[in-house]
Amino acid sequence: MRGRRTPARVIVISAFILKRLALSLVTLVLLSAIVFCVGQVLPGSVGRLLLGPFADHEAVEALNASLGLDRPLLVQYADWIWGFLRGDMGRSYMYEAPVQPFIVEALGNSLKLAAVAFVIVVPTAILGGVVAALNHNKPIDRIISIGGLTMTVLPEFVTGIILILVFGVWLKWLPISAAWPDGAGGFTQIHYLILPAMPLILVLFGYIARMARSGMIEALESDWTRTAVLKGLRWRTVIWRHVLRNALLPTITVIATQTGYLIGGLVVVETLFRYQGIGLLVFTAAKGKDIPMLLAGILVIGIVYTLATLIADLLCAVFDPRIRLGGRQ
Amino acid sequence: MNGNAENVLELDDLSVAYRVGGTDRLVLRNVSLRIGRGEAYGLVGESGCGKSTAALSVVRYLPRNGSVAGGHVRLDGKDIMGLDREELRRVRAEDLSMVYQDPAKALNPSIPIGRQLAEVFEIGGASAKEARSRAYEMLEKVQISDPARVMGGYPHQLSGGMQQRVGIAMALASDPKMLILDEPTTGLDATVEAEVLDLIGHLRREFSISILFISHNLAVVSRVCDRVGVLYAGMLVEEGPTDRVFRNPRHPYTVALLRCLPGGGRRKSSGGLDTIPGFLPGLGAIGEGCAFADRCGLATERCRTERPPLHDLDGQMSRCHFHDRAQSLPHTTRHAPDESREPPAPRRPVLRVQGLNKTYGRDRAGGGVAAVKDLSLELKAGQTLGLVGESGSGKTTFARTLLGLIEPDEGGRIELDGKELAERVGDRSFEQTKSLQIIFQNPDSALNRSHSVRGLIGRALRQLGGLRGAAMDRRLKELAGSVRLTDHHLSVSPRQLSGGLKQRVAIARAFAGDPSVVVCDEPTSALDVSVQAAILNLLVELQSERDVSYIFISHDLGVVRYLSDNVLVLYLGRVMEYGPSEEVFSGPHHPYTEALLSAASDIGDAEDGRIRLEGEIPSAAAPPSGCAFHTRCPRRIGSICDELDPPLKEAQSGHAIRCHIPADELAALQVQRPSTLSRPVSAERRDDNGRP
Repeated sequence: MRGRRTPARVIVISAFILKRLALSLVTLVLLSAIVFCVGQVLPGSVGRLLLGPFADHEAVEALNASLGLDRPLLVQYADWIWGFLRGDMGRSYMYEAPVQPFIVEALGNSLKLAAVAFVIVVPTAILGGVVAALNHNKPIDRIISIGGLTMTVLPEFVTGIILILVFGVWLKWLPISAAWPDGAGGFTQIHYLILPAMPLILVLFGYIARMARSGMIEALESDWTRTAVLKGLRWRTVIWRHVLRNALLPTITVIATQTGYLIGGLVVVETLFRYQGIGLLVFTAAKGKDIPMLLAGILVIGIVYTLATLIADLLCAVFDPRIRLGGRQ
Repeated sequence: MNGNAENVLELDDLSVAYRVGGTDRLVLRNVSLRIGRGEAYGLVGESGCGKSTAALSVVRYLPRNGSVAGGHVRLDGKDIMGLDREELRRVRAEDLSMVYQDPAKALNPSIPIGRQLAEVFEIGGASAKEARSRAYEMLEKVQISDPARVMGGYPHQLSGGMQQRVGIAMALASDPKMLILDEPTTGLDATVEAEVLDLIGHLRREFSISILFISHNLAVVSRVCDRVGVLYAGMLVEEGPTDRVFRNPRHPYTVALLRCLPGGGRRKSSGGLDTIPGFLPGLGAIGEGCAFADRCGLATERCRTERPPLHDLDGQMSRCHFHDRAQSLPHTTRHAPDESREPPAPRRPVLRVQGLNKTYGRDRAGGGVAAVKDLSLELKAGQTLGLVGESGSGKTTFARTLLGLIEPDEGGRIELDGKELAERVGDRSFEQTKSLQIIFQNPDSALNRSHSVRGLIGRALRQLGGLRGAAMDRRLKELAGSVRLTDHHLSVSPRQLSGGLKQRVAIARAFAGDPSVVVCDEPTSALDVSVQAAILNLLVELQSERDVSYIFISHDLGVVRYLSDNVLVLYLGRVMEYGPSEEVFSGPHHPYTEALLSAASDIGDAEDGRIRLEGEIPSAAAPPSGCAFHTRCPRRIGSICDELDPPLKEAQSGHAIRCHIPADELAALQVQRPSTLSRPVSAERRDDNGRP
């Protein structure tokens, strides 16, 4: 049973989607401009950086010219963006090779790790939050809330090391490095990724569960839940049909913002488990002043972040007609 | 109908307690009442007296910390408290329904309305398709004009009145035996309230249903209910047939409540309103005697030591030792009209508005939403201008424009004390800013909770009064005294104060800079009637002391009439009528004013001959052609109304009406409705200082 899809409503909804897409595009353009500017303000000329302090001035100038760095900034920016759009992200100074394959591989690795963490943490955290809310102020609620909070405040390198010791060294259930052997199949890869994913799951569980719990408590105490109960609906129907979809809206947004962290913010975990993800790649590039690599890495992380937010916005709109349809008709 | 032996609902010696701070406090004490088949029973009282608790214990949905401390609730003889979970669900599904106070919150925001309504039929075993078609019929029954569109829509797309119709449809869908209405029209416009009440009355006959009607509004209850019970501090203090209780109350609390109402055409010049001194006793804090004794002008030593039983006075019950002389309760304020206070001296104008327009979302083509259109007015020192109209009529937009919070369109002119006011508050002089202040509807959200009352008023005195140190302290004391706040009140935070006290703080804040004009935006509509009376008295006093002028925005016509010297009626941002209060209220009226007056509930009004506005206020984005009101006008004369916008024409000197019908013809059409002009209770007043 569905609301009538009147043409007017379809227009409202597509206008909403188009607006969100346009906004995401604006975000990306701004982001790329900022990233490019960051590349410009880093001290020292690139030619000098590459050739070292003892190279003579002419050689540095010549290299700068051959890299196109003597052109006006706007031209350089346009050139960079245009290359980016075609998949040419420039050449790495450190590896003296195109940046793009490195980024693609690292992003793929990061996505795999994030996916493993995501698939485990999202359902369990939501379930945890919902169970806690349904048992508000009872022992099980306290265990979930306090336990979750404790895990959230423990840094990844602490939980990571403990996990390595327990599951990798003592119990020997899981490999302690995330780098799987070449040519490993999907299941083997997942096997290698479980241990690195654990610290992420622990950090995110408390966060997401807390959002789910508070959204759920608010929804349970709402007037419309009272209406549903007093209609004589079964408790299960009240929860599934009436409460959950309203209760989990804020959680969706939180999950989306955490996706950015899952993809780009994992330097510590990636270092700990010797895993070549994009966080580690960007970190190495920054250390080595490999500017093309650094810029490409940051921009890619930004794109993932923007996409995640866009998806969250659209998901919220699916669940909440007030967002989808705007005000009164 | 109360002779019917068969009771649908029985509360039998019901007591309910809330656990606060580790102790159980009784909020309902030994309440017994019976509602017969097809009977409508009204439960009235001020906030905190236990009305909603009574309703929630009937449906067994008490808050987490609430519990039934004793007694029974029986529905058709079945004890509700003894049901197991599944039985309770079935009772809720089949026999009991409830309509809630805030329909916007009571409907699920993310489920289509048709789905929410059809669900009720599905619980009853209907197939999905059948449920849907019955949901459609149900929406037709509650007089929703385009059910198909509403079915597919969501609650936020409907107006408050439409949402409440859906709420009623949902409650009646299961064809229950008992319908509980918990303040179903509070928060709705008077015109919408009137329609919803009509609908309830109509459906009640069609479904022959029993009703428990909970409201703080005595007038609303008097229109719907056969019998009424008055709750005070969790106890039933009076009960009986509605007209008997309201015409001949036998408990001092009922008497006092009725006297607080500014209805019956009373004016500020004829004296202050009666209030109820003191406060409701705290949760569960009642001694041995009568709960009302501390606030009762009739109370004797006996009242403080011996709790009165419910006396049965031939079908009317009163829990008062002195029920026979309840109506001789002394008045708390003087009633004699104070002629000497009416100053004949010509008053100087303080505020002049000319040709003010405000259009939202204006584009170059002249489109946009005209929220205020060509508004002109003049306000004299020490006078009050009442601003009335339904929600969406532009009252608040006008107030905000006046305060410089939103910019008007070019071309208009606002003058304060003869000097032009800049459009934005930031561009106004300090003098002008402090001369023009506002009191908001909801003091809860208007006062910063993290400061003490002393801090709040002190800050206003520093900012607006430019006072420091000892001078400020002196002024603070004086100001607090004039709004009747004690030292104790000054030291606490606003959240520890009741609604009425909070509003006093807001008033003190507004008066800190000695303003010449104060905009009062529905300052009493969130308050109980006794508190409202006290606040209105305070406003009148401050006005006569300080010669301040008010712009008083309210949907309560009784209050506007009481307080205002002039009245301005707005519809879709246009001035429909403007003139001296007495002339606007006595007529001839603009047909819109007539409809507003007709919709307003006053106790003892005749039910027939009421005018109802059909449909809702049109969108200001697409105002009707010609006269803006013609789409709903009960007195439309023909195509001239659709085509030509009538000018504001003077009916009498200073009284202008925007209508094509000449004023004398309007007067002939509008035969006086005498019943609104005299209030039954005031006729019974006997002894003004007869303390027993």
